[in-house]
Amino acid sequence: SNGHISPVWYSVLARSGYFDTEELKTFRKINSRLQGHPAVEEHLPGIRVASGSLGQGLSVAIGAATAKKLNNDPSLVYVLMGDGEQQEGQIWEAAMYAPNRKLNNIIASIDVNRQQIDGPTEQIMDLGSLIDKWEAFGWQVITTKNGNDIEEVITQLNAAKDLLENGRPVLNLLHTEMGYGVDFMTATHKWHGVAPNDEQLENALGQLPVTLGDY
Amino acid sequence: MEKTLDTKYTYTEKKDTRSGFGDGLLEAGRRNENVVALCADLIGSLKMGPFIKEFPDRFFQVGIAEANMMGIASGLTIGGKIPFTGTFANFSTGRVYDQIRQSIAYSEKNVKICASHAGLTLGEDGATHQILEDVGMMKMLPNMTVINPCDYNQTKAATIAIAEHEGPVYLRFGRPSWPIFTPADQNFEIGKAWKMIEGTDVTIFATGHLVWEAVVAEAMLREEGISVEVINIHTIKPLDTEAILESVAKTGCCVSAEEHQYNGGLGDSIAQTLARNNPAPMEFVGVDDSFGESGTPTELLEKYGLNAENIVKAVKKVMERK
Repeated sequence: SNGHISPVWYSVLARSGYFDTEELKTFRKINSRLQGHPAVEEHLPGIRVASGSLGQGLSVAIGAATAKKLNNDPSLVYVLMGDGEQQEGQIWEAAMYAPNRKLNNIIASIDVNRQQIDGPTEQIMDLGSLIDKWEAFGWQVITTKNGNDIEEVITQLNAAKDLLENGRPVLNLLHTEMGYGVDFMTATHKWHGVAPNDEQLENALGQLPVTLGDY
Repeated sequence: MEKTLDTKYTYTEKKDTRSGFGDGLLEAGRRNENVVALCADLIGSLKMGPFIKEFPDRFFQVGIAEANMMGIASGLTIGGKIPFTGTFANFSTGRVYDQIRQSIAYSEKNVKICASHAGLTLGEDGATHQILEDVGMMKMLPNMTVINPCDYNQTKAATIAIAEHEGPVYLRFGRPSWPIFTPADQNFEIGKAWKMIEGTDVTIFATGHLVWEAVVAEAMLREEGISVEVINIHTIKPLDTEAILESVAKTGCCVSAEEHQYNGGLGDSIAQTLARNNPAPMEFVGVDDSFGESGTPTELLEKYGLNAENIVKAVKKVMERK
Protein backbone atom coordinates (compact mmCIF):
# COMPACT_ATOMS: atom_id res chain seq x y z
CA SER A 1 0.00 0.00 0.00
CA ASN A 2 2.94 2.33 0.67
CA GLY A 3 3.68 2.85 -3.01
CA HIS A 4 6.34 5.42 -2.27
CA ILE A 5 8.75 2.56 -1.56
CA SER A 6 8.71 1.91 -5.31
CA PRO A 7 12.54 1.97 -5.70
CA VAL A 8 12.99 -1.09 -3.49
CA TRP A 9 9.88 -2.80 -4.83
CA TYR A 10 10.99 -2.40 -8.46
CA SER A 11 14.41 -3.66 -7.46
CA VAL A 12 12.92 -6.78 -5.86
CA LEU A 13 10.61 -7.40 -8.84
CA ALA A 14 13.47 -7.11 -11.31
CA ARG A 15 15.68 -9.45 -9.29
CA SER A 16 12.79 -11.90 -9.01
CA GLY A 17 12.64 -12.05 -12.81
CA TYR A 18 9.57 -9.94 -13.55
CA PHE A 19 11.60 -7.69 -15.88
CA ASP A 20 15.19 -7.00 -16.78
CA THR A 21 17.27 -5.20 -14.15
CA GLU A 22 18.50 -2.89 -16.94
CA GLU A 23 15.05 -1.31 -16.93
CA LEU A 24 15.62 -0.06 -13.37
CA LYS A 25 17.64 2.78 -14.92
CA THR A 26 14.45 4.26 -16.40
CA PHE A 27 12.89 4.80 -12.95
CA ARG A 28 10.95 8.09 -12.76
CA LYS A 29 12.02 9.05 -16.28
CA ILE A 30 9.63 9.91 -19.11
CA ASN A 31 8.17 7.02 -21.14
CA SER A 32 9.16 4.55 -18.41
CA ARG A 33 7.12 1.64 -17.06
CA LEU A 34 8.70 2.41 -13.67
CA GLN A 35 6.53 5.33 -12.62
CA GLY A 36 7.36 7.34 -9.51
CA HIS A 37 4.55 5.48 -7.81
CA PRO A 38 3.60 1.99 -9.06
CA ALA A 39 0.97 1.92 -11.81
CA VAL A 40 -0.61 -0.67 -14.06
CA GLU A 41 -1.20 1.53 -17.09
CA GLU A 42 2.32 0.93 -18.38
CA HIS A 43 1.84 -2.82 -17.85
CA LEU A 44 4.93 -3.43 -15.78
CA PRO A 45 4.85 -7.14 -14.82
CA GLY A 46 4.19 -7.72 -11.13
CA ILE A 47 2.10 -4.59 -10.55
CA ARG A 48 -1.62 -5.31 -10.13
CA VAL A 49 -2.92 -2.01 -8.80
CA ALA A 50 -1.73 1.58 -8.58
CA SER A 51 -0.58 2.65 -5.14
CA GLY A 52 0.79 5.76 -3.54
CA SER A 53 -2.38 7.51 -2.48
CA LEU A 54 -2.23 5.97 0.99
CA GLY A 55 -4.78 3.85 2.80
CA GLN A 56 -6.21 1.92 -0.13
CA GLY A 57 -4.03 -1.19 -0.36
CA LEU A 58 -5.56 -3.22 2.45
CA SER A 59 -9.02 -2.85 0.91
CA VAL A 60 -7.73 -4.00 -2.47
CA ALA A 61 -6.00 -6.93 -0.76
CA ILE A 62 -9.29 -7.90 0.89
CA GLY A 63 -10.91 -7.96 -2.55
CA ALA A 64 -8.11 -10.11 -3.95
CA ALA A 65 -8.33 -12.44 -0.92
CA THR A 66 -12.10 -12.71 -1.29
CA ALA A 67 -11.73 -13.62 -4.97
CA LYS A 68 -9.24 -16.35 -3.97
CA LYS A 69 -11.82 -17.81 -1.59
CA LEU A 70 -14.47 -17.76 -4.34
CA ASN A 71 -12.04 -19.41 -6.76
CA ASN A 72 -10.86 -22.03 -4.22
CA ASP A 73 -7.35 -20.68 -4.66
CA PRO A 74 -5.33 -21.54 -1.50
CA SER A 75 -2.60 -18.95 -2.07
CA LEU A 76 -2.19 -16.01 0.31
CA VAL A 77 -2.30 -12.24 -0.04
CA TYR A 78 0.51 -10.22 1.53
CA VAL A 79 0.14 -6.52 2.28
CA LEU A 80 2.76 -3.99 3.25
CA MET A 81 1.62 -0.72 4.82
CA GLY A 82 3.43 2.25 6.26
CA ASP A 83 3.04 3.27 9.88
CA GLY A 84 2.20 6.86 8.96
CA GLU A 85 -0.42 5.33 6.66
CA GLN A 86 -2.28 4.13 9.75
CA GLN A 87 -3.54 7.70 10.06
CA GLU A 88 -5.79 7.16 7.01
CA GLY A 89 -9.43 6.37 7.88
CA GLN A 90 -9.85 3.77 5.14
CA ILE A 91 -7.29 1.53 6.87
CA TRP A 92 -9.72 1.10 9.74
CA GLU A 93 -12.68 0.41 7.47
CA ALA A 94 -10.64 -2.43 5.99
CA ALA A 95 -9.32 -3.51 9.39
CA MET A 96 -12.91 -3.95 10.57
CA TYR A 97 -13.96 -5.91 7.49
CA ALA A 98 -11.34 -8.66 7.21
CA PRO A 99 -11.84 -10.39 10.60
CA ASN A 100 -15.62 -9.97 10.30
CA ARG A 101 -15.50 -12.01 7.11
CA LYS A 102 -12.94 -14.46 8.55
CA LEU A 103 -10.42 -13.76 5.80
CA ASN A 104 -7.66 -16.09 6.92
CA ASN A 105 -5.67 -15.67 3.74
CA ILE A 106 -4.23 -12.21 4.42
CA ILE A 107 -0.94 -11.42 6.14
CA ALA A 108 -0.54 -7.67 6.50
CA SER A 109 2.65 -6.04 7.72
CA ILE A 110 3.14 -2.51 8.94
CA ASP A 111 6.60 -1.08 8.40
CA VAL A 112 6.98 0.57 11.79
CA ASN A 113 9.91 2.92 11.19
CA ARG A 114 8.30 5.71 13.22
CA GLN A 115 8.97 8.32 10.54
CA GLN A 116 6.74 10.19 8.14
CA ILE A 117 7.41 13.10 5.79
CA ASP A 118 6.91 15.89 8.31
CA GLY A 119 8.68 14.17 11.20
CA PRO A 120 8.46 11.34 13.74
CA THR A 121 5.00 9.73 13.83
CA GLU A 122 4.75 10.29 17.57
CA GLN A 123 5.00 14.05 17.00
CA ILE A 124 2.88 14.31 13.85
CA MET A 125 -0.02 12.10 14.97
CA ASP A 126 0.84 9.58 17.63
CA LEU A 127 -0.37 6.11 16.60
CA GLY A 128 -0.77 4.89 20.18
CA SER A 129 -0.68 1.14 20.61
CA LEU A 130 -0.97 -0.49 17.20
CA ILE A 131 -1.10 -3.89 18.93
CA ASP A 132 -4.15 -2.90 20.96
CA LYS A 133 -5.85 -1.26 18.01
CA TRP A 134 -5.46 -4.17 15.59
CA GLU A 135 -6.31 -6.77 18.23
CA ALA A 136 -9.43 -4.80 19.11
CA PHE A 137 -10.44 -4.99 15.44
CA GLY A 138 -10.09 -8.80 15.57
CA TRP A 139 -6.68 -9.40 14.00
CA GLN A 140 -4.04 -11.79 15.29
CA VAL A 141 -1.05 -9.52 15.90
CA ILE A 142 2.59 -10.60 15.85
CA THR A 143 5.73 -8.53 16.21
CA THR A 144 8.94 -8.66 14.21
CA LYS A 145 11.37 -6.97 16.57
CA ASN A 146 14.13 -6.39 14.02
CA GLY A 147 12.63 -5.96 10.59
CA ASN A 148 16.08 -5.18 9.20
CA ASP A 149 17.08 -8.81 9.89
CA ILE A 150 15.73 -10.77 6.91
CA GLU A 151 16.05 -14.09 8.75
CA GLU A 152 13.75 -12.83 11.50
CA VAL A 153 11.32 -11.45 8.92
CA ILE A 154 11.07 -14.86 7.24
CA THR A 155 10.67 -16.65 10.56
CA GLN A 156 7.85 -14.33 11.60
CA LEU A 157 6.04 -14.54 8.25
CA ASN A 158 6.14 -18.34 8.55
CA ALA A 159 4.72 -18.03 12.06
CA ALA A 160 1.99 -15.81 10.63
CA LYS A 161 1.04 -18.53 8.14
CA ASP A 162 0.51 -21.00 10.99
CA LEU A 163 -1.71 -18.50 12.81
CA LEU A 164 -4.01 -18.19 9.79
CA GLU A 165 -5.31 -21.65 10.64
CA ASN A 166 -7.20 -20.02 13.52
CA GLY A 167 -9.53 -18.52 10.93
CA ARG A 168 -8.53 -14.87 11.21
CA PRO A 169 -6.10 -12.59 9.34
CA VAL A 170 -2.68 -11.74 10.75
CA LEU A 171 -1.11 -8.34 11.30
CA ASN A 172 2.66 -8.23 11.58
CA LEU A 173 4.24 -5.21 13.27
CA LEU A 174 7.53 -5.00 11.42
CA HIS A 175 9.83 -2.76 13.43
CA THR A 176 12.48 -1.32 11.17
CA GLU A 177 15.02 1.44 11.10
CA MET A 178 14.85 3.78 8.13
CA GLY A 179 18.22 4.19 6.47
CA TYR A 180 19.53 1.12 8.28
CA GLY A 181 23.27 0.62 7.89
CA VAL A 182 24.07 4.18 6.79
CA ASP A 183 25.00 6.40 9.73
CA PHE A 184 23.80 9.72 8.37
CA MET A 185 20.46 8.28 7.21
CA THR A 186 19.32 6.63 10.43
CA ALA A 187 17.26 8.10 13.25
CA THR A 188 15.84 10.89 11.09
CA HIS A 189 12.86 11.45 8.78
CA LYS A 190 15.05 13.61 6.53
CA TRP A 191 15.53 10.85 3.93
CA HIS A 192 11.87 9.84 3.71
CA GLY A 193 11.38 11.46 0.34
CA VAL A 194 14.83 12.67 -0.67
CA ALA A 195 17.49 11.06 -2.89
CA PRO A 196 21.19 11.35 -1.97
CA ASN A 197 23.55 13.40 -4.14
CA ASP A 198 26.59 11.73 -5.74
CA GLU A 199 28.86 12.36 -2.77
CA GLN A 200 26.29 11.11 -0.25
CA LEU A 201 25.63 8.10 -2.45
CA GLU A 202 29.29 7.11 -2.52
CA ASN A 203 29.49 7.53 1.24
CA ALA A 204 26.33 5.43 1.78
CA LEU A 205 27.38 2.62 -0.54
CA GLY A 206 30.77 2.50 1.15
CA GLN A 207 29.06 1.92 4.48
CA LEU A 208 26.68 -0.75 3.20
CA PRO A 209 28.41 -2.91 0.57
CA VAL A 210 25.46 -5.32 0.36
CA THR A 211 23.45 -2.73 -1.60
CA LEU A 212 26.13 -2.49 -4.28
CA GLY A 213 24.55 -5.50 -5.92
CA ASP A 214 21.60 -3.41 -6.98
CA TYR A 215 23.56 -0.43 -8.08
CA MET B 1 -30.28 1.61 -33.71
CA GLU B 2 -33.54 1.01 -31.86
CA LYS B 3 -36.73 2.09 -33.63
CA THR B 4 -38.40 5.38 -32.85
CA LEU B 5 -41.00 5.85 -30.15
CA ASP B 6 -44.71 5.44 -30.85
CA THR B 7 -45.80 8.98 -29.98
CA LYS B 8 -49.50 8.10 -30.27
CA TYR B 9 -49.27 5.54 -27.48
CA THR B 10 -49.93 6.64 -23.90
CA TYR B 11 -47.34 5.34 -21.51
CA THR B 12 -49.03 4.74 -18.19
CA GLU B 13 -46.90 2.09 -16.51
CA LYS B 14 -44.39 3.40 -13.99
CA LYS B 15 -41.49 1.91 -12.04
CA ASP B 16 -38.30 3.16 -10.45
CA THR B 17 -35.06 2.88 -12.42
CA ARG B 18 -33.32 1.39 -9.37
CA SER B 19 -35.58 -1.63 -9.70
CA GLY B 20 -34.33 -1.91 -13.27
CA PHE B 21 -30.84 -2.11 -11.80
CA GLY B 22 -31.87 -4.74 -9.23
CA ASP B 23 -33.57 -6.93 -11.83
CA GLY B 24 -30.73 -6.41 -14.32
CA LEU B 25 -28.17 -7.39 -11.69
CA LEU B 26 -30.01 -10.66 -11.04
CA GLU B 27 -30.08 -11.42 -14.77
CA ALA B 28 -26.39 -10.50 -15.19
CA GLY B 29 -25.62 -12.81 -12.26
CA ARG B 30 -27.49 -15.66 -13.90
CA ARG B 31 -25.62 -15.18 -17.16
CA ASN B 32 -22.13 -14.96 -15.68
CA GLU B 33 -20.98 -16.60 -12.44
CA ASN B 34 -18.16 -14.07 -12.13
CA VAL B 35 -20.64 -11.28 -11.46
CA VAL B 36 -20.49 -10.38 -7.75
CA ALA B 37 -22.09 -7.53 -5.83
CA LEU B 38 -21.17 -5.30 -2.90
CA CYS B 39 -23.32 -2.92 -0.92
CA ALA B 40 -22.69 -0.32 1.79
CA ASP B 41 -25.79 -0.81 3.96
CA LEU B 42 -28.38 0.10 1.29
CA ILE B 43 -29.61 -3.26 0.01
CA GLY B 44 -33.27 -2.23 0.00
CA SER B 45 -32.66 1.16 -1.59
CA LEU B 46 -30.62 -0.41 -4.39
CA LYS B 47 -33.10 -3.30 -4.88
CA MET B 48 -30.30 -5.86 -4.55
CA GLY B 49 -32.47 -8.34 -2.65
CA PRO B 50 -33.23 -10.71 -5.54
CA PHE B 51 -29.52 -11.07 -6.41
CA ILE B 52 -28.60 -11.70 -2.76
CA LYS B 53 -31.33 -14.30 -2.36
CA GLU B 54 -30.21 -16.27 -5.41
CA PHE B 55 -26.44 -15.76 -5.00
CA PRO B 56 -25.73 -15.27 -1.27
CA ASP B 57 -22.09 -16.35 -1.67
CA ARG B 58 -21.48 -13.77 -4.36
CA PHE B 59 -22.71 -10.83 -2.32
CA PHE B 60 -20.60 -8.80 0.13
CA GLN B 61 -22.12 -6.47 2.72
CA VAL B 62 -19.38 -3.97 3.61
CA GLY B 63 -21.29 -1.82 6.07
CA ILE B 64 -21.13 1.96 5.96
CA ALA B 65 -17.64 2.07 4.52
CA GLU B 66 -17.75 3.17 0.90
CA ALA B 67 -14.01 3.75 0.50
CA ASN B 68 -13.35 0.17 1.60
CA MET B 69 -16.06 -1.05 -0.78
CA MET B 70 -14.36 0.56 -3.79
CA GLY B 71 -11.01 -0.95 -2.79
CA ILE B 72 -12.48 -4.42 -2.29
CA ALA B 73 -14.19 -4.17 -5.69
CA SER B 74 -10.86 -3.30 -7.27
CA GLY B 75 -9.22 -6.30 -5.61
CA LEU B 76 -11.99 -8.70 -6.65
CA THR B 77 -11.20 -8.01 -10.31
CA ILE B 78 -7.68 -9.36 -9.77
CA GLY B 79 -9.31 -12.76 -9.28
CA GLY B 80 -11.41 -12.39 -12.43
CA LYS B 81 -14.61 -11.23 -10.75
CA ILE B 82 -16.94 -8.56 -12.16
CA PRO B 83 -17.94 -6.55 -9.09
CA PHE B 84 -21.01 -4.30 -8.99
CA THR B 85 -20.92 -1.79 -6.12
CA GLY B 86 -24.18 -0.38 -4.84
CA THR B 87 -24.81 2.77 -2.86
CA PHE B 88 -26.30 6.24 -3.38
CA ALA B 89 -24.78 8.31 -6.21
CA ASN B 90 -23.43 10.80 -3.68
CA PHE B 91 -21.46 8.11 -1.84
CA SER B 92 -20.52 6.37 -5.10
CA THR B 93 -18.60 9.35 -6.42
CA GLY B 94 -17.70 12.41 -4.35
CA ARG B 95 -17.09 10.50 -1.17
CA VAL B 96 -14.77 7.99 -2.84
CA TYR B 97 -13.31 9.92 -5.75
CA ASP B 98 -9.68 9.19 -4.99
CA GLN B 99 -10.39 5.50 -4.39
CA ILE B 100 -12.07 5.30 -7.80
CA ARG B 101 -9.36 7.36 -9.45
CA GLN B 102 -6.37 5.38 -8.17
CA SER B 103 -7.63 1.86 -7.45
CA ILE B 104 -10.20 1.55 -10.27
CA ALA B 105 -9.85 4.00 -13.19
CA TYR B 106 -6.05 4.43 -13.27
CA SER B 107 -5.64 0.76 -12.34
CA GLU B 108 -7.90 -0.27 -15.25
CA LYS B 109 -10.15 -2.40 -13.06
CA ASN B 110 -13.35 -3.95 -14.36
CA VAL B 111 -15.59 -2.48 -11.64
CA LYS B 112 -19.22 -1.42 -12.20
CA ILE B 113 -20.05 1.52 -9.93
CA CYS B 114 -23.83 1.47 -9.64
CA ALA B 115 -25.32 4.62 -8.20
CA SER B 116 -28.91 5.14 -7.14
CA HIS B 117 -30.79 8.20 -5.90
CA ALA B 118 -28.94 10.49 -8.29
CA GLY B 119 -30.12 14.05 -8.83
CA LEU B 120 -33.01 16.06 -7.43
CA THR B 121 -35.64 13.35 -7.85
CA LEU B 122 -34.58 11.45 -4.74
CA GLY B 123 -36.81 14.11 -3.22
CA GLU B 124 -37.44 14.62 0.47
CA ASP B 125 -34.00 13.59 1.77
CA GLY B 126 -32.72 16.93 0.52
CA ALA B 127 -29.52 18.41 -0.83
CA THR B 128 -27.07 16.39 1.27
CA HIS B 129 -28.02 13.36 -0.80
CA GLN B 130 -29.03 14.98 -4.10
CA ILE B 131 -25.77 14.84 -5.98
CA LEU B 132 -25.78 16.96 -9.13
CA GLU B 133 -22.06 16.85 -9.86
CA ASP B 134 -21.44 13.12 -10.24
CA VAL B 135 -21.53 12.91 -14.04
CA GLY B 136 -18.91 15.64 -14.27
CA MET B 137 -16.60 13.94 -11.79
CA MET B 138 -16.90 10.57 -13.43
CA LYS B 139 -16.66 11.66 -17.06
CA MET B 140 -13.40 13.44 -16.31
CA LEU B 141 -11.74 10.18 -15.28
CA PRO B 142 -9.76 8.52 -18.09
CA ASN B 143 -10.91 4.91 -18.79
CA MET B 144 -14.35 5.54 -17.23
CA THR B 145 -17.62 4.87 -19.11
CA VAL B 146 -20.61 6.93 -17.88
CA ILE B 147 -24.19 5.74 -18.41
CA ASN B 148 -27.48 7.34 -17.30
CA PRO B 149 -30.48 5.32 -18.54
CA CYS B 150 -33.97 6.81 -18.79
CA ASP B 151 -36.47 4.27 -17.43
CA TYR B 152 -36.86 0.86 -15.79
CA ASN B 153 -36.43 -1.14 -18.99
CA GLN B 154 -33.41 0.79 -20.15
CA THR B 155 -31.74 0.59 -16.73
CA LYS B 156 -32.25 -3.18 -16.67
CA ALA B 157 -30.83 -3.53 -20.18
CA ALA B 158 -27.89 -1.26 -19.33
CA THR B 159 -27.07 -3.26 -16.18
CA ILE B 160 -26.90 -6.47 -18.20
CA ALA B 161 -24.85 -4.76 -20.92
CA ILE B 162 -22.18 -3.35 -18.59
CA ALA B 163 -21.51 -6.81 -17.16
CA GLU B 164 -20.40 -7.83 -20.65
CA HIS B 165 -18.30 -4.69 -21.13
CA GLU B 166 -14.63 -4.82 -20.08
CA GLY B 167 -13.59 -1.76 -18.08
CA PRO B 168 -14.81 0.55 -15.32
CA VAL B 169 -18.34 1.89 -15.66
CA TYR B 170 -20.39 4.45 -13.75
CA LEU B 171 -24.10 3.57 -13.98
CA ARG B 172 -26.43 6.31 -12.70
CA PHE B 173 -30.09 5.79 -11.87
CA GLY B 174 -32.72 7.07 -9.46
CA ARG B 175 -35.34 6.64 -6.82
CA PRO B 176 -38.73 7.87 -8.11
CA SER B 177 -41.38 5.86 -9.86
CA TRP B 178 -41.02 6.95 -13.49
CA PRO B 179 -42.88 6.24 -16.76
CA ILE B 180 -41.73 3.17 -18.66
CA PHE B 181 -41.56 4.12 -22.33
CA THR B 182 -38.76 2.06 -23.83
CA PRO B 183 -39.22 -1.59 -24.82
CA ALA B 184 -38.34 -4.44 -22.48
CA ASP B 185 -36.52 -6.27 -25.26
CA GLN B 186 -34.25 -3.36 -26.28
CA ASN B 187 -30.72 -3.96 -27.40
CA PHE B 188 -28.63 -1.68 -25.18
CA GLU B 189 -25.54 -0.57 -27.03
CA ILE B 190 -23.03 1.31 -24.86
CA GLY B 191 -21.97 4.54 -26.57
CA LYS B 192 -24.80 4.53 -29.10
CA ALA B 193 -27.33 7.38 -28.96
CA TRP B 194 -30.97 6.49 -29.61
CA LYS B 195 -33.08 8.70 -31.83
CA MET B 196 -36.47 8.26 -30.16
CA ILE B 197 -38.45 10.83 -32.13
CA GLU B 198 -37.57 12.20 -35.58
CA GLY B 199 -37.85 15.94 -36.19
CA THR B 200 -36.46 18.76 -38.31
CA ASP B 201 -36.65 22.09 -36.45
CA VAL B 202 -34.68 21.44 -33.27
CA THR B 203 -32.96 18.59 -31.41
CA ILE B 204 -33.36 17.78 -27.74
CA PHE B 205 -30.50 15.71 -26.34
CA ALA B 206 -31.66 14.27 -23.05
CA THR B 207 -30.32 11.78 -20.52
CA GLY B 208 -31.76 9.91 -17.52
CA HIS B 209 -35.18 10.86 -16.15
CA LEU B 210 -35.24 13.96 -18.36
CA VAL B 211 -35.62 11.88 -21.52
CA TRP B 212 -39.24 11.42 -20.45
CA GLU B 213 -39.62 15.19 -19.89
CA ALA B 214 -38.20 15.69 -23.39
CA VAL B 215 -40.77 13.27 -24.83
CA VAL B 216 -43.56 15.21 -23.08
CA ALA B 217 -42.10 18.50 -24.31
CA GLU B 218 -42.03 17.17 -27.87
CA ALA B 219 -45.77 16.43 -27.72
CA MET B 220 -46.47 19.95 -26.45
CA LEU B 221 -44.33 21.50 -29.19
CA ARG B 222 -45.87 19.29 -31.89
CA GLU B 223 -49.25 20.81 -30.99
CA GLU B 224 -47.73 24.17 -31.91
CA GLY B 225 -46.40 22.86 -35.21
CA ILE B 226 -42.75 22.59 -34.14
CA SER B 227 -40.95 19.48 -35.36
CA VAL B 228 -38.68 18.22 -32.58
CA GLU B 229 -36.07 15.47 -32.73
CA VAL B 230 -35.55 13.72 -29.38
CA ILE B 231 -32.31 11.83 -28.89
CA ASN B 232 -31.71 9.69 -25.82
CA ILE B 233 -28.07 10.01 -24.79
CA HIS B 234 -27.92 7.15 -22.29
CA THR B 235 -24.14 6.98 -22.61
CA ILE B 236 -22.56 10.30 -21.70
CA LYS B 237 -19.07 8.89 -22.13
CA PRO B 238 -18.04 7.77 -24.69
CA LEU B 239 -20.33 10.29 -26.35
CA ASP B 240 -21.95 9.41 -29.68
CA THR B 241 -20.61 12.53 -31.40
CA GLU B 242 -21.57 11.21 -34.83
CA ALA B 243 -25.27 11.06 -33.90
CA ILE B 244 -25.11 14.52 -32.32
CA LEU B 245 -23.44 16.18 -35.29
CA GLU B 246 -25.72 14.44 -37.78
CA SER B 247 -28.85 15.62 -35.97
CA VAL B 248 -27.70 19.21 -35.47
CA ALA B 249 -26.58 19.41 -39.10
CA LYS B 250 -30.23 18.75 -39.94
CA THR B 251 -32.06 20.81 -37.29
CA GLY B 252 -29.54 23.65 -36.88
CA CYS B 253 -29.99 24.06 -33.10
CA CYS B 254 -30.34 22.02 -29.94
CA VAL B 255 -31.22 21.82 -26.26
CA SER B 256 -29.58 19.55 -23.70
CA ALA B 257 -31.65 18.25 -20.77
CA GLU B 258 -30.25 16.54 -17.70
CA GLU B 259 -30.78 16.17 -13.95
CA HIS B 260 -27.32 17.58 -13.20
CA GLN B 261 -25.42 20.83 -12.91
CA TYR B 262 -24.80 22.69 -16.18
CA ASN B 263 -21.17 22.53 -15.20
CA GLY B 264 -19.67 19.19 -16.10
CA GLY B 265 -22.80 17.52 -17.40
CA LEU B 266 -24.03 16.16 -20.72
CA GLY B 267 -24.61 19.68 -22.05
CA ASP B 268 -20.94 20.51 -21.57
CA SER B 269 -19.90 17.48 -23.60
CA ILE B 270 -22.32 18.29 -26.42
CA ALA B 271 -21.28 21.96 -26.50
CA GLN B 272 -17.65 20.89 -26.79
CA THR B 273 -18.52 18.56 -29.66
CA LEU B 274 -20.40 21.33 -31.49
CA ALA B 275 -17.73 23.96 -30.83
CA ARG B 276 -15.09 21.71 -32.31
CA ASN B 277 -17.04 20.59 -35.35
CA ASN B 278 -20.13 22.60 -36.17
CA PRO B 279 -21.00 25.49 -33.84
CA ALA B 280 -24.78 25.92 -33.52
CA PRO B 281 -27.15 27.70 -31.13
CA MET B 282 -27.64 25.63 -27.99
CA GLU B 283 -29.60 25.99 -24.75
CA PHE B 284 -29.12 24.02 -21.55
CA VAL B 285 -31.74 22.55 -19.23
CA GLY B 286 -30.03 21.63 -15.98
CA VAL B 287 -29.33 22.94 -12.50
CA ASP B 288 -27.79 26.41 -12.45
CA ASP B 289 -24.90 26.17 -10.00
CA SER B 290 -26.95 25.48 -6.88
CA PHE B 291 -27.66 22.70 -4.41
CA GLY B 292 -31.12 21.12 -4.20
CA GLU B 293 -33.54 20.88 -1.27
CA SER B 294 -36.34 18.73 0.16
CA GLY B 295 -39.57 18.33 -1.83
CA THR B 296 -41.37 15.93 -4.11
CA PRO B 297 -39.64 15.04 -7.39
CA THR B 298 -42.30 16.92 -9.38
CA GLU B 299 -41.97 20.03 -7.23
CA LEU B 300 -38.20 19.97 -7.43
CA LEU B 301 -38.06 19.49 -11.20
CA GLU B 302 -40.39 22.47 -11.56
CA LYS B 303 -38.59 24.74 -9.09
CA TYR B 304 -35.13 24.02 -10.49
CA GLY B 305 -36.24 24.37 -14.11
CA LEU B 306 -35.94 20.77 -15.26
CA ASN B 307 -39.45 19.76 -16.35
CA ALA B 308 -41.11 19.57 -19.77
CA GLU B 309 -42.36 23.16 -19.58
CA ASN B 310 -38.80 24.38 -19.10
CA ILE B 311 -37.61 22.27 -22.03
CA VAL B 312 -40.34 23.86 -24.16
CA LYS B 313 -39.13 27.33 -23.15
CA ALA B 314 -35.52 26.41 -23.97
CA VAL B 315 -36.58 25.07 -27.38
CA LYS B 316 -38.38 28.29 -28.26
CA LYS B 317 -35.42 30.35 -27.11
CA VAL B 318 -32.89 28.39 -29.12
CA MET B 319 -35.05 28.45 -32.25
CA GLU B 320 -35.11 32.25 -32.12
CA ARG B 321 -31.32 32.19 -32.20
CA LYS B 322 -31.14 30.13 -35.39
